[in-house]
Amino acid sequence: MSGVRVLVGTRKGAFVLASDGKREKWDVSGPHFGGWEIYHMKGSPADPNRVYASQTSGWFGQMMQRSNDGGKTWEAVGNKFAYDGVPGTHQWYDGTPHPWEFKRIWHLEPSLDDPDTVYAGAEDAALFRSTDGGQSWAELAGLREHGSGPKWQPGAGGMCLHTIILDPNNPKRIYIAISAAGAFRSDDAGISWKPINQGLRSQYIPDPTAEVGHCVHHVAMHKARPGTLFMQKHWDVMRSNDAGDSWHEVSGNLPTDFGFVIDVHAHEPETIYVVPIKSDSEHYPPDGKLRVYRSRSGGNEWEALTKGLPQSDCYVNVLRDAMAVDSLDSCGVYFGTTGGQVYASADAGNNWAPIVRDLPAVVSVEVQTLP
Amino acid sequence: MIRVELPAHLRTLAQVRGEVQLEVTGPVTQRSVLDCLEARYPVLRGTIRDHATYRRRPFLRFFACAEDWSHESPDAPLPEAVATGAEPLLIIGAIAGG
Repeated sequence: MSGVRVLVGTRKGAFVLASDGKREKWDVSGPHFGGWEIYHMKGSPADPNRVYASQTSGWFGQMMQRSNDGGKTWEAVGNKFAYDGVPGTHQWYDGTPHPWEFKRIWHLEPSLDDPDTVYAGAEDAALFRSTDGGQSWAELAGLREHGSGPKWQPGAGGMCLHTIILDPNNPKRIYIAISAAGAFRSDDAGISWKPINQGLRSQYIPDPTAEVGHCVHHVAMHKARPGTLFMQKHWDVMRSNDAGDSWHEVSGNLPTDFGFVIDVHAHEPETIYVVPIKSDSEHYPPDGKLRVYRSRSGGNEWEALTKGLPQSDCYVNVLRDAMAVDSLDSCGVYFGTTGGQVYASADAGNNWAPIVRDLPAVVSVEVQTLP
Repeated sequence: MIRVELPAHLRTLAQVRGEVQLEVTGPVTQRSVLDCLEARYPVLRGTIRDHATYRRRPFLRFFACAEDWSHESPDAPLPEAVATGAEPLLIIGAIAGG
């Protein structure tokens, strides 16, 4: 029988939640790496037992962990992330030059076909790749050396490369996104990059339509339509139909278009999900109501999904990598909150229930659909 | 025999209990002790000092014989009591909450 494994990264450790295809009863294991921040865990599409985890600490720096048994046991692999050459400067919050400094890995994206190849998105922003199962890492420096780096600046969470999307139809095409620089695309497997931010508008930079400087929070793609991208920007939900060459706003009737997560239904490329958050200074849902919004038209027309979610006095946040979907016939949708709940819907968002409700603050949620 | 006391999270990473005991050849300094520690427990590389610069990570401190050695030269000789194993070198996580 098929099953689901949910990989949850929290401020104080990693948790692995497992269920059969019914998704009614859940086994919770963890904390793994108790006391460490787990920014992200993700399994290899080519080998579901291979899972990578980014383990970080303000005291002890970056560790990288690898599992070959679906998260039951782990081994530490390489944690040396060295920028290529002299890394130079980016903008600090006040616009002054600030030297690039490695802080942590925010996102791991395993190759679609090789369990030993994995990409890592860093703060300060850079893209690294390992081809030996995480033992060693090399920077794909063409991104940072694209030329616009001195204009990149940190968002409130740091200057992080938080989104990596591999095109399933074109192995040379990679998308990434950085807060606050914007989205970038490579069409030569990561050697060279171009900013893809035309159509974005951001009032917090001197030129609201500048080529770079936009605080992109997350980008999502459906594997059947790799040229269609959906973006939750700092403010604004955006859509591109041309692989990021241009964007247009699809916030429509959302109660607020600020938020962090965005994801796409596993079987319906025009069905997308966001969790509206009140504002950039009030990181909680409007009116104390935790609502997922779903659009079945690829944006603009949104419906609130509330069944099973708290509809009063709820003031949690849902961080950018904390939503994922499974690919069972009835698509499952999952998200985690800073209050430590992981909510799941086994019917594409119509009904929700917490899988767990008292974890440390959830940073990331990924889902593996198991055969 | 040099004695080193690690923070709990680093003991977990290195899979050790209690103090670590090291045979250090030559002068006993922060650098020689950490070189020896990292050679014996490669998983600790990058967790106490930076991979490239070898600078102490900012939220860690080195104490020995009731003195703070964090800001001494990494090549300064550690106290005789550490060199003889009478006292441990303490690697301490800064009190920073979290």
